Amino acid sequence: MEQLKSFGRELAMGSQGGSSKEFLDLVKSIGEARSKSEEDRIILRELETLRRRLSEPDIPRRKMKEYLLRLAYAEMLGHDASFGYIHAVKMAHDDNILLKRTGYLTVALFLDEGHDLIILIVNTIQKDLRSDNYLVVSAALVAVCKLISEETIPAVLPQVVELLGHPKEAVRKKAVMALHRFYQRSPSSVSHLVSNFRKRLCDNDPGVMGATLCPLFDLILEDANSYKDLVVSLVSILKQIAEKRLPTTYDYHHMPAPFIQIKLLKILALLGSGDKQASSHMYTVLTEIFRKCESSSNIGNAIIYECVCCVSSIYPNSKVLDAAIEATSKFLKSESHNLKYMGIDALGRLIRINPDIAEEHQLAVIDCLEDPDDTLKRKTFELLYKMTKSTNVEVIVDRMIDYMINITDSHYKTEIASRCVELAEQFAPSNQWFIQTMNKVFEHAGDLVNPRVAHNLMRLIAEGFGEDDEGADTQLRSSAVDSYLRILGEPKLPSLFLQVICWVLGEYGTADGKYSASYIIGKLCDVAEAHSSDDTVKAYAVSAIMKIFSFELAAGRKVEMLPECQTLIDEVLASHSTDLQQRAYEFQALLGLSPQVIENVMPPDASCEDIEIDKSLPFLSNYINQAIENGARPYVSESERSGTASTITVASASQYQHDTSSVHSLKFEAYELPKPRGPAPSIQSSSMSSLPTISSDLVPVSDATYTTREEQQNPKVQTLADQISAEIGVRLRLDGVQKKWGRQTYSSPSAPSTSSSSSTQKPSNGMVTSETIRESTLDSRKQQIPEVSAEKQRLAASLFGKKAVEKKTQAGTRRPVKEIQPAVATSAPEAPKEDKVIAPAAPPPDLLDLGEPSETATQTIDPFKQLEGLLGPGAGSDGASGPGPSVSDVATADLMSMVTDMPPIIDSKSSDKGVISSTVAKKGPNVKDALQKDATARQVGVTPTGNNPNLFKDLLG
Amino acid sequence: MIRAVMVISTQGKPRLLKFYQFQPPEKQQEIVRYVYGALSGRPDNVSNFVDADSIFGPGTRLVYKHMATLYIVFAFDSSENELAMLDLIQVFVQTLDKCFKNVCELDIIFNFNKLHTVLDEMILGGQVIETNSDQILKHVDDIARIEKSSSTKSLMPKSISARFGQ
Repeated sequence: MEQLKSFGRELAMGSQGGSSKEFLDLVKSIGEARSKSEEDRIILRELETLRRRLSEPDIPRRKMKEYLLRLAYAEMLGHDASFGYIHAVKMAHDDNILLKRTGYLTVALFLDEGHDLIILIVNTIQKDLRSDNYLVVSAALVAVCKLISEETIPAVLPQVVELLGHPKEAVRKKAVMALHRFYQRSPSSVSHLVSNFRKRLCDNDPGVMGATLCPLFDLILEDANSYKDLVVSLVSILKQIAEKRLPTTYDYHHMPAPFIQIKLLKILALLGSGDKQASSHMYTVLTEIFRKCESSSNIGNAIIYECVCCVSSIYPNSKVLDAAIEATSKFLKSESHNLKYMGIDALGRLIRINPDIAEEHQLAVIDCLEDPDDTLKRKTFELLYKMTKSTNVEVIVDRMIDYMINITDSHYKTEIASRCVELAEQFAPSNQWFIQTMNKVFEHAGDLVNPRVAHNLMRLIAEGFGEDDEGADTQLRSSAVDSYLRILGEPKLPSLFLQVICWVLGEYGTADGKYSASYIIGKLCDVAEAHSSDDTVKAYAVSAIMKIFSFELAAGRKVEMLPECQTLIDEVLASHSTDLQQRAYEFQALLGLSPQVIENVMPPDASCEDIEIDKSLPFLSNYINQAIENGARPYVSESERSGTASTITVASASQYQHDTSSVHSLKFEAYELPKPRGPAPSIQSSSMSSLPTISSDLVPVSDATYTTREEQQNPKVQTLADQISAEIGVRLRLDGVQKKWGRQTYSSPSAPSTSSSSSTQKPSNGMVTSETIRESTLDSRKQQIPEVSAEKQRLAASLFGKKAVEKKTQAGTRRPVKEIQPAVATSAPEAPKEDKVIAPAAPPPDLLDLGEPSETATQTIDPFKQLEGLLGPGAGSDGASGPGPSVSDVATADLMSMVTDMPPIIDSKSSDKGVISSTVAKKGPNVKDALQKDATARQVGVTPTGNNPNLFKDLLG
Repeated sequence: MIRAVMVISTQGKPRLLKFYQFQPPEKQQEIVRYVYGALSGRPDNVSNFVDADSIFGPGTRLVYKHMATLYIVFAFDSSENELAMLDLIQVFVQTLDKCFKNVCELDIIFNFNKLHTVLDEMILGGQVIETNSDQILKHVDDIARIEKSSSTKSLMPKSISARFGQ
């Protein structure tokens, strides 16, 4: 055992080729560390050792190399190794190429381009760029890419440009990339060198040409128009590559230079975008690639996908577009999640050209939506987001919210919440639905949405439909109140949502008489109490309570002061927040007023009344006249005083009247208003300051805020309220949205219901009704799995619209019919063949959800369902009893499962296997070697789970 | 462009980190934690792609391959193609396998400098420059040969080869 240990160490050291036992021990002890803190301790100790060693004089250079690598290792694990940076810089100076490379590597790992030490390395880089040894030059160029900042570019630029003509293609390639990097850092520094990129495009080494495409891509992304002349040559390059004119060393998995093809396609997509003439050059080569690319290999699919992207970007051509659509549908029907993902993405691009394309793939899309793969799901939501219209908004947003509830990633949650809100605001079929949707969004992601959304919601509830249908508005409000009272039972609610709830309860809580005032007040007190640290929520709650009190008192009813309410008010009276205090004082003052006054102060449901402002303040005339009679001087307006009578001011009523009829000059008045004029200003300013301290465009309805003034200046209040409301009216400018909430789309719920009825119809009567024909032609898959498809169809219908489904019948009949024909005709033993065709397209999500780890398990269940589905309609058309898959069916299904066990395994591995078969063969006799390595690995403690001697065995065969 | 190449063990430990835009060490650790968190929660038999907007900025994605005890992860932005990146991982792994003859996690830990060399031959400044694993290997071997001839003496213990010979 002891021997084995030392043997392993030696082996590990051997493969390292130069590290010492100390590094091995370090790795080993880190591997054995039981906790993060233990690991940290070990590394800190290591760093301490290194610090000590590095400070010693005359360290052998080879030792130094090892120290630096150990420093790099410690830093990779997240510890600061800055004390050693200078040694890395020094090592890059070394003449020995091994040490120099290590120096460059560690410097590149340690230093940021803006680091102070960089200036010390520039000199070294300059020297190395001039070296005769191309490896030194390469190393320096790699360092250039990493380390040269905007300021130091001029120091190395001439040499890098010179290297574009270096005899070694590897160096030319790297020089191009270095220039590209300079361009990224500072476009202006290399703007005069753009012609060099064009020149390198004609380099006789295809690798250099390929590298040149990278900077060209960036340049064209900036400004496509200057490079339109390249279209023809780029197309011809692409054509040559696709025709395999390049040396076979550029082949990858039998595809000629795939990465260059992809880059070229990306560039062509940019150049052809919206340019009919440029695009016309590309159609032939694109068709060619679609035809030639083999979709069996991963990289072939990558190119096909890139072609689809290109097609969707350039000026559309029906022939190429058809090829792209076909390729996309192949992706979507694929079994591989990766390809499905690409398919969904491609579909998202294609529907920009023609939205109808999505209809053909509705079931594939729904499959992806129910897939356990999160990435795929998100991609699908992205697609749905793009294709949302008023007919399918309900289904899509509901799905999004369901998904949103279950995710924890706050970044994505924010994104999907804002998308829900955006879609709901744009396409909401009814206000009721809008409010319910908003409730859900607020409830689950309330802290993540924009406050603006909350105020839109309040405004909507206050304004209702914006039509003369008071009944509907009232109904809307009382349903909102109902839902909020219910939601208040939830334990944790976001602050923003509570504000909305408080406001709505205050405004409409007692409006329909369903709930007693004291009940609502009690609820509001609970809210304030439960969120005693949140002043904004409290302020909303206090104002709401005040409103309810005043509504009740104004109506002549008596409201008893609940003890908890009294406690709340007492507490708020002593609050540190002046805003809260003022609210409480206003509330107290309000309670002492007479009902008539209260009604004027707090008119019920007046949050969005249009209020006229009489700026001449006529109610003051008596007072003024009296004052003038008593000898006061009459008021002279500012303009009159300064003699510039042409300026329009608010001062004289007659002038005001006159100006309303005239043109834009009116606008001045709004700005003039706040200037001190008589007694009014004080009221105004105080009322402004008592607005809740939220950002200005939020403007909660602030009718609660001017009540204290009320007592002394009764008659003014109405005007003041007018003013405030007018301001609210001015700020919430959402009239554009109103149209979108119109009711013309209200009928959409009928679409899903009809289709669901049709699908329930199907299993019950075996006859093929017109409905079922439509469905069976929809997609070959659909009729295979009756139960699944029933639900899916409903979803599809609601997502894609009934019209779309019908349209699809004509469009879809071509292909599916062909597939159905044999399905009905074939007998059971032959069924597996059909099954294989179908299987990839229908991974039943429910089954996957059960968490069966093995792929084969799902595969075995899958065919059964399919067969059942297969026979169902067939039997039905024969006139036999419809959905009765009997024992024989089950037996065949079992048989099939054995057959179908095979293909998936081959499918999943074949692509890898085929390519690496050579490596596998080579590996055969090497198992012993691998075992030994594994033993070492375990002994060192780095592969605790490693029961597989060859780590990459699963990849390589 | 490619933003980062990472090799992370299934225990969440970084085995190789290479960023094509400088990241301070703390951010590197945050990225490793995030990426590991995102990958370890994913079941088998799903796609190899993950969105990485929240850590690398909008439009960025991860492509990963889970191999035995390692995740090999490439992070890149919208100017790259996911499937192509997946194949790039394949190239990387193939090259390593040729480089180390049955590569294992231990090789990767002890030779992370060699891994950097391999990556530098494949990817420069975040752009793919070479995808033929034989070519990459040739360059890496060239470098190794010169390094060997330039170094005064090898630390490779002779005892091992002697013992293998027996």
